[in-house]
Amino acid sequence: MSQNQSQNQSQKTPIVTLSGVQKYYGDYHALRGISAEIGQGEFFSLLGPSGCGKTTLLRAIAGFEDISEGHILLDGRDMEGVPPNRRPTNMVFQSYAIFPHMSVAENVGFGLRRSGKNAAEKRKAVGEALEMVGLGQFGARAAHALSGGQRQRVALARALIMKPKVLLLDEPLSALDKKMREVMQVELIRLQREVGITFILVTHDQEEALVMSDRIAVMFEGEIAQLDDPETLYRRPKSRRVAEFIGMMNFLPAQVSGEVAGRVDLDVKGLGRAELELAQCPSGARAGAAEVGVRPESLTLLYEGQSAEGGREASGTVREVVYYGDMTYYDILLDGAPAPVRVSMRNMPGRRVLDFGARARLAWDPRAMVLFC
Amino acid sequence: MKLNLLAVFATLYLLVLYAPIVLLPLFAFNDGTVIAFPLQGFTTQWFAALLNTPALHQATGNSLIIAVSTAILATILGLFAARAATRYSFPGKAGIVGFIMLPLVLPEVIVAISLLIVLMQLGLDSGTWSIIAGHTLICTPFAIAILQGSFANMDRSLEEAAVDLGETPWSTFRLITLPLVSPGIIASLLICFTISLDEFIIAFFLSGNEPTLPVYLWGQLRFPARLPVVMALGTILVVLSVLLLVVAETFRRRGLKRAGLKDTGGFL
Repeated sequence: MSQNQSQNQSQKTPIVTLSGVQKYYGDYHALRGISAEIGQGEFFSLLGPSGCGKTTLLRAIAGFEDISEGHILLDGRDMEGVPPNRRPTNMVFQSYAIFPHMSVAENVGFGLRRSGKNAAEKRKAVGEALEMVGLGQFGARAAHALSGGQRQRVALARALIMKPKVLLLDEPLSALDKKMREVMQVELIRLQREVGITFILVTHDQEEALVMSDRIAVMFEGEIAQLDDPETLYRRPKSRRVAEFIGMMNFLPAQVSGEVAGRVDLDVKGLGRAELELAQCPSGARAGAAEVGVRPESLTLLYEGQSAEGGREASGTVREVVYYGDMTYYDILLDGAPAPVRVSMRNMPGRRVLDFGARARLAWDPRAMVLFC
Repeated sequence: MKLNLLAVFATLYLLVLYAPIVLLPLFAFNDGTVIAFPLQGFTTQWFAALLNTPALHQATGNSLIIAVSTAILATILGLFAARAATRYSFPGKAGIVGFIMLPLVLPEVIVAISLLIVLMQLGLDSGTWSIIAGHTLICTPFAIAILQGSFANMDRSLEEAAVDLGETPWSTFRLITLPLVSPGIIASLLICFTISLDEFIIAFFLSGNEPTLPVYLWGQLRFPARLPVVMALGTILVVLSVLLLVVAETFRRRGLKRAGLKDTGGFL
């Protein structure tokens, strides 16, 4: 998922256009003016904590919720008043909604009832759809005799057989265990690439969104807080809230002295003087107290004999060691800092895991910082 | 010791519950007009007498017409009400549902008297149709209670998925909702049928000159000589009730199996 790729996608003709979408439930303001364009063939995610309106928005696109204001355009057509059964969208439900009184093949072929195809054509289409999701032999199986991952695949086949313009996925992986989830993530990416249909995924799992999406809309309280490709979202979060939601981030108090010709000069507690570009300051740069965000992997432990480029070193005491096998997380209280920072280090042969209470030196890089004023 | 006491209690309880019913077939086959021990020999004449009583056939016919109509009406009404109560929210929902369920606890005498008064005020003749109306009134809450369970067990997104796949709300109801709540529908039909069949008070107040089976039976109790015939009729009813329950339970289990659900206990 490179930046270039996602820019290409947003330049393509939009298949979904949301403009000023508002939704009220009585007094509750569930969607507060959502505007976005989703390109043909894009894998788009709506990411946010529960209650942020992401599922409401997805259901509004599918036609299960009326919107109070604004417009939803699918393939250039305004969808106002169009019921779900006449929209060019299909949905994979969180519970999968597999019809329990039907066989797998009957489930997958359900949407073809009104297609005008004859029995042989339908059977062929069902076979192909099942083949596509790797369930070629399961057509005759009763729907209730399936595992979670298989139900997920049946739900996918059942939706994709309709050849929708947009496939909507409502937390499709949340009911699976961790291993199965990772398998299905990769499978969904492959499937999307194969069929070329626009996928809109709703998820509360930031890792899932980062892995699968071309672009992600991070939503809080019915608003899009940031809409970007995964890399930009991770490296350049526009607000502290987005930064906290996506991955892990350390926040260090800093004193901004001012901005000269696009360069921002500041003093970070525990690290020292740093110079940032204006692009690293999403909320601008005013002289005064601010906070600097830095990811755990952007801080590097220095071992004996190593030194940091440009003397950007800091030292402190190890306050916590969390060993993950491939990685070790250290919480290090830097000298002069009010709270510990988390540092992640890849474990390598010959590289000793530091002990609790040991002194440690860190290298840091101003290019990996984000300033929140 | 404690366990033994419980076993004795349970045995006594079951005896008190079922021993009187065992008396029915016992005296139905007893060759004597007096209902008393000792038994006086085996006969099937009381059953033969049943066949030769046109008034009884008339009453049975009335009862069956009423029970079948009531079961169908109450189940249809219950289906709509249960779906509305479990799927939609609307102002005053709790109050409306409460009022619909009220006949469940309302004394039947009150329902019967008020229906009779309404009929009289409207100048209408009471008869089979008025008993059907009264029975539907008291059976609908049972139907709703049973069907609400069926709807609550059904994942709401199943219906949404069908609409999403191109079906209209009506064809969704036919293809998805009905098959999945059908065990509940059958249970509701059978229970409403049973309630209507042996309901006495409303039928007694509203039957006019068209008695139902319970009303006819009550009338026969005034003639001691007819008692063994009543016993024979009772025996047939017991056997039929048990058969009905077995059929209902078979359907329920088959439905569960088809939907792949776990058995969480039925009426048997």
